[in-house]
Amino acid sequence: MRTAIVDHPLDPTALLAEVASTASGASTLFVGTVRRVNDGKDVTGIDYSAYGPMAEREMAAVAAEAAERFGTDRIVVEHRVGTLGLGEASIVIAVSHARRGAAMEAQRYLIEEIKRRVPVWKREHYADGTREWVDPTGAVGAPAEAS
Amino acid sequence: MDLPVLLFASWAEALGASTVTVTLPADPTVRDVLAAVQARVAGRALPRPLVAVNHRYAKPDAPVRAGDEVALIPPVAGG
Repeated sequence: MRTAIVDHPLDPTALLAEVASTASGASTLFVGTVRRVNDGKDVTGIDYSAYGPMAEREMAAVAAEAAERFGTDRIVVEHRVGTLGLGEASIVIAVSHARRGAAMEAQRYLIEEIKRRVPVWKREHYADGTREWVDPTGAVGAPAEAS
Repeated sequence: MDLPVLLFASWAEALGASTVTVTLPADPTVRDVLAAVQARVAGRALPRPLVAVNHRYAKPDAPVRAGDEVALIPPVAGG
């Protein structure tokens, strides 16, 4: 099991090789990439930034939870920070398991929990020259209660 | 107690800094930290943040102590 925040281009094939095992019947590879249109706007690139030490701690916690729930420690996650162009990978998650169902469920758990909890932010650049912080909650105003 | 608070993303941009030092009442909590930082951005609409103490999300009534690493966490958007 390994998780990391990195500032260089991601190599999905290398991560898939890292989790591979002859004990596994299935390996899954998730690659999150920069999309050209978001919310109707023409995106030209995204700046990703992280609260490094907390992001590393939280990603490791998510991976440990997935390992426990789904019964495999063959999990590797890398999240990239910095300025990414269209189509570039921002996150790669590789999971290997004896069974395909558990591999896919672990994969889903990892990406959803990482998106929900890991302190990483993105600022989109648009074709019209503007930039905006992406806020998936859409909530503005009073502070939220921690869950 | 004076406490530095780490800022990120939209909050760092709004305050023009990656850290802001706030003055807190005796026996401060996470709620006091939020109120003190929010006072600095009065009137501006910013996304609701959570607070992390020593790299873990903390509830509003959690205590804050001198030497803690406290950070405002705007809505996360990784993946």
